[in-house]
Amino acid sequence: MTEAWSPSARELERRGVRRRQRTQRVVTATAVTVVVLGVAGWGVTLTPGWDRFQETFLSWEDAKESFPGIRHGFWLNVKLFLICEVFILVLGLAVALARQARSAWLAPLRVVAVIYTDVFRGVPTILLVLVMALGVPALNLQGLTTDPYIWAGVALVLSYGAYVAEVFRSGIDSIHPSQVNSAAALGLSRGQAMRFVVVPQAVRRVIPPLLNDFVSLQKDTALVSVAGVFDAMFQARDYGSYHFNYTSYVVVGLFFIVLTVPLARFCDWLQRRWMERERAGAL
Amino acid sequence: MTDGEALLELENVRKGYGDRVVLHDVDLTVARHDVVCLIGSSGSGKSTLLRCLNLLEQLDDGVIRFDGREITDPRVDPREVRKRIGMVFQAYNLFPHLSVLDNCTLAPRRVHGVAKAAAETRARELLAQFGLSEHVDKHPDRLSGGQQQRAALVRALCTGPEILLLDEITAALDPELVGEVLTIVRGLAEAGTTMVVATHEMSFARDVATTVCFLHEGRILEQGPPAEVLVSPREERTRQFLRRVLPSS
Repeated sequence: MTEAWSPSARELERRGVRRRQRTQRVVTATAVTVVVLGVAGWGVTLTPGWDRFQETFLSWEDAKESFPGIRHGFWLNVKLFLICEVFILVLGLAVALARQARSAWLAPLRVVAVIYTDVFRGVPTILLVLVMALGVPALNLQGLTTDPYIWAGVALVLSYGAYVAEVFRSGIDSIHPSQVNSAAALGLSRGQAMRFVVVPQAVRRVIPPLLNDFVSLQKDTALVSVAGVFDAMFQARDYGSYHFNYTSYVVVGLFFIVLTVPLARFCDWLQRRWMERERAGAL
Repeated sequence: MTDGEALLELENVRKGYGDRVVLHDVDLTVARHDVVCLIGSSGSGKSTLLRCLNLLEQLDDGVIRFDGREITDPRVDPREVRKRIGMVFQAYNLFPHLSVLDNCTLAPRRVHGVAKAAAETRARELLAQFGLSEHVDKHPDRLSGGQQQRAALVRALCTGPEILLLDEITAALDPELVGEVLTIVRGLAEAGTTMVVATHEMSFARDVATTVCFLHEGRILEQGPPAEVLVSPREERTRQFLRRVLPSS
């Protein structure tokens, strides 16, 4: 079907109109954005304490000075996040599957899974970090590390594992029963149906809420500072109380933002690619 | 052609997806009270043509006029056009989270600003007329395919559209359920409803259509009254198609 086709005059005119409409939308959007942000920014600088605020929170000198320490500490946050994330995904999926299991033999596992999610979602993460990082080493257990960094990580895994388990479970529940039926009709066992049919679909569906939890986890790695771990947050607080200047907090904030934004964009892209492949133009 | 009665006029309509051209130079006129049946094999462009008519698809070229006004102009608000056109899909597309009644009153209330009581009275009337009185408060998934499709027809009719687009509405139904839906469509045709119908039901097209269009590879190869197109077609392609779908003739 490669016959020559040139758009009619009417179509060219329509394209012109659409182009103008598009330009108009872009201009409007830009103008509105500039005005809104401009007014908001201007409003902030009019506040009576603006000068004080600028000195204590937005001092370029202090930013430069606190930067190396915070960067050093931030590595700890990143490592913690990356390691915890893997364990959280495994734990979360395992707990979700345990709650879905229908085998009579697995009943105790199901009960444990329910109790685990209920308890660990209910306990504030900061409390969990304190108890694990300070409490467990105090037990003087032979052969176990007393490093608060590790135990704070364990606390994060346990806390987020419970949340992520619920996300996975809702994803699994959202897959239509007809999928399980058709897998069963092909002779797959319930476990195989989960493994090859339900879970792969469920995982795709829960990517956005999972991402949400991971952004949250990235920030919550700062909670390890309460257990005396020298992470970015600890460094910032240290700097702040030493110099009576809180610019270091703003610097930490920027570090966390710089980490989370690319992750969010990456997940958007991944999601879109899957959707395009599976829907392939069908509506 | 342009005797003022034409409700819908298509001129040189062209639509493609990427390199694939789905509609070539389609010309078609639908007068008020016409029932135009689009026939042709799957992929011949019937559904795309219907979707172009209520601007669910943007044309690559050509003009569509509705009630004398060009609706393919980018300055036309598609919602104003769609308010006056009803559409029913092959897969019903009822909203699963709403009861049948709420499915039917959604557009009248939210788009046309009809009061709740009035919208519900009207919907109940139509649902009763279509034999769905006992299913009014159920959710769509509790209904059979035929009942769902009848509910979808009511949903489309509740806004009082000037033209109805039916996209293979019996294709997903069991043979014994096809009849109950087609009977209703026949009734609508007799009542003078203007319709454009993509269908595989040749007997329905023969009995109800005022015009039958045979689409092949995105072109209308042949159009005319059913007695011509379905009985003594001009084109060899049409004959081939009819031989396949009408084994008896």
